[in-house]
Amino acid sequence: MEKLYKFLKYTFIILWTVFIVAPFLWAVSTSFKDFQSVNSKVTYIPWLDFEPTLEGWRVLVKSPARGGVDIVEPYFNSIFVTCTASLISIILGTLAAYALSRFTFKAGFVRNNDITFFFISQRIMPPIVLSIPFFIFLSTIGLLDSLLGLVVVYIVLLMPIAVWIMVDFFNRVPKELDETALIDGCNPYQAFYKVVLPNSIPGLIVAGMFCIIFGWIDFFFAFILTFTEVQLLPVKVVALNSSITPWWSLSASALISVAPLIIVAFVVERYLSKGNLSGALK
Amino acid sequence: MNLIGENLIYKPDNQFHLNNVSFDFKKGNLYTILGRTLSGKTTFLKTIAGLLNPDSGNLSFDGKDFSKIPVWERNVAMVYQQFINYPHLNVYENVIFPLKQRKLSADKIKTDVDEALKTVGLVGFENRKIQELSGGQQQRVALARSLAKKAKILLLDEPLVNLDYKLREQLREEFKKIFSKGLSSDAILIYSTTDPQEVMELNGEVIVLDEGKVLQKGPAKEIFENPRNLKVAEISNDPPMNILKGIKSSEKLIFENISINIPSHFKNLEDQNYNFGIRASEIKLDDQGEEFEIELAEISGSETLLHLKKGDSKVIALIEEVMNFKIHEKVKIKFNENKFYAFNKEGELISSPYGDLNG
Repeated sequence: MEKLYKFLKYTFIILWTVFIVAPFLWAVSTSFKDFQSVNSKVTYIPWLDFEPTLEGWRVLVKSPARGGVDIVEPYFNSIFVTCTASLISIILGTLAAYALSRFTFKAGFVRNNDITFFFISQRIMPPIVLSIPFFIFLSTIGLLDSLLGLVVVYIVLLMPIAVWIMVDFFNRVPKELDETALIDGCNPYQAFYKVVLPNSIPGLIVAGMFCIIFGWIDFFFAFILTFTEVQLLPVKVVALNSSITPWWSLSASALISVAPLIIVAFVVERYLSKGNLSGALK
Repeated sequence: MNLIGENLIYKPDNQFHLNNVSFDFKKGNLYTILGRTLSGKTTFLKTIAGLLNPDSGNLSFDGKDFSKIPVWERNVAMVYQQFINYPHLNVYENVIFPLKQRKLSADKIKTDVDEALKTVGLVGFENRKIQELSGGQQQRVALARSLAKKAKILLLDEPLVNLDYKLREQLREEFKKIFSKGLSSDAILIYSTTDPQEVMELNGEVIVLDEGKVLQKGPAKEIFENPRNLKVAEISNDPPMNILKGIKSSEKLIFENISINIPSHFKNLEDQNYNFGIRASEIKLDDQGEEFEIELAEISGSETLLHLKKGDSKVIALIEEVMNFKIHEKVKIKFNENKFYAFNKEGELISSPYGDLNG
C-alpha cells in the first residue's frame, strides 16, 4: 500500500515537473531556430534536428534601423519601474499596515477594517475601469508617456497588495512585542524599526515578491499609458509580432522576460522558510 | 517617595477593568495582586507601566505625576505571562536591549547583563537563539531582561502561568530567592497571579482584585487568616474555600442534618443562618465522620482532591496522599471544627478561627 502511494506520488511529481518544464525547454529550443526549422517539420534537438542560430536573440538587441527590435532599453525601463514602484509600495504599505494593525481609527462610520478594505477595493475593479481616469490624471499632470508616470500608477496598483499582506502579517505579530519594546525604552518609532520590522522580514519578502510579480507582468497599463518616448518590456515583446510571427525571437524574449522572476523566486525561497515569530510568543 | 494610585478608573466599552483602585506602594517591598482571570490584574500592571491610560484618577511616582511620562521614559520593567522576547535577537542581545536603549556605558552594561544572566541561571546560553530555548528558559530570559534594567518598578504579570507544573514549582522557588536578594531597596516589585499558593510563598503585601475592584489589602498572612468576605475566601484559596449554608443554634452548628459542636470562637455569635466556610485541607477522612458521596476524585501531585456531596451541600476535601476512589462511593469525613469561618448573609466575615477581626 505504502509502495503504491509512493509510486503514485512520484509519478505525479514527475508528470507535473514535465508539464511545467516542457514549455521552457520548447522555448529554449525554438529561440535557436530560424524560419526554416520552425516552419518545416517538428524539430527538437539542436544540431541533430536543426542547425541552431543566434538570429532570434540578435534581433532583440539590434536597433530597429537595422531590422531588429531593441528590447534592451524597455528591459531596463521595466526593471526600473517595477523595482521603484515595488520599493515605494512596500515602504508606504508597511507603514500604513502597521498603523492599521496597531492603532484604532475612527472617522464617522469609518473604522480600521473599512480603511483596509478601501485599499483592497482598488484591486477589485477591472483594470479597464481604471484606465480612463489614470489616462486623464497622467495627462493632466503631464506625466503621460514617462517613467515617472508609470511609477506613480504602479504604486497605486501595488500598494494595496503590500497593505493587505502586511496588515495580515502584523496582526499575527503579538502586540505584547511592541509593548515590551516600549517598556524597554523604545519610543513608538524605535519599537517599529528596531523590533517589529526585523521580525517582519518573511512578510516583507512575500509582499515584495507579489509587488514585483504584479508590476513586472503588467501589460495593460504599460500599453495604454505609453506611446513612443517610453516603452516597457511586455509592450515591446508584443510589438515583435509582425506580419510573420517570429517564433524564434518571441521565444527568446519570453525567456529573458521570465528570467528575473525566476531569479527572484530562487533568492526569496531561502528567506521564506527562515525567521519565524515562534520565539516571541509561545 | 512612593508609587501612589488614587481612585484609578479604567472603563473601556462600559465595563470596569479598574474600579476606583487606590494604593500606596513603598519602595523595597513586594506586592502581589491576587485575582481570577479577567479580574483586572493585567490592566492594573499595564496602567502602572503606562501602556494604558486610566479614564480618571491619579498615578504618581516619587512625587511626580506619572500620567505625564510616556512608557519609554518611565523606567519600569515588565514580564508577561506569555514569554515575550525579541525573536530576532539571541539571549545576550535580548538582555542587553533595554540597557543599550538607555545608552549606558559599555562596562556598566556588561556587568549588569552578566549579573542578571547569573541570577536567572542562564550563564552559557548567551549566544542561543530564543527559539531554541524551552518555555521556562524563555521566561528566564524575559526576567533577566527586566532585572538587568534595574528598573524602579518591576511588574510581573502571571509569569509562571504558562509553564508546566514541575517547572512552575521550580521557578517559583527561584523567584523567591531572586526577589529576596536581587531586589534593590529602592525598587518596587509588583507580581500578579491567580494562584493563592504563590501569594503565600512570596509573602508580600497582597491586593485581592475582583472585577477591577480591590476587595482586600494586607499582608499575605492576614488575607489567608481573615478573608474579608466570601469572594476573597474563594479567590485566596485553591481549591476554593468550601461554603456551607447552615444554622448556628446554641451549642451546635447545623447543616444537612449534620450537627457539629461549635468551636470556641463561635461562642459569641447570634443564633441564626450563616455561611460557614472551611478549607479543603481541614476536612479529613474519618470512620467516625459523616457520610458523603464522591462525585469526582482528582489526583494532583501527591494529593487527592475529593469532590463530595451530601444533599444540596458540596464540599471539596484535600487528602494529602494519593488514593484511588470510585465515583459514587461513600466515604466518611470529619470537619476540623476549630477551623470554621462564619460569614453573614451578605457574605462578610463575622468570625474567624484566627480571631482578631479589626476590619
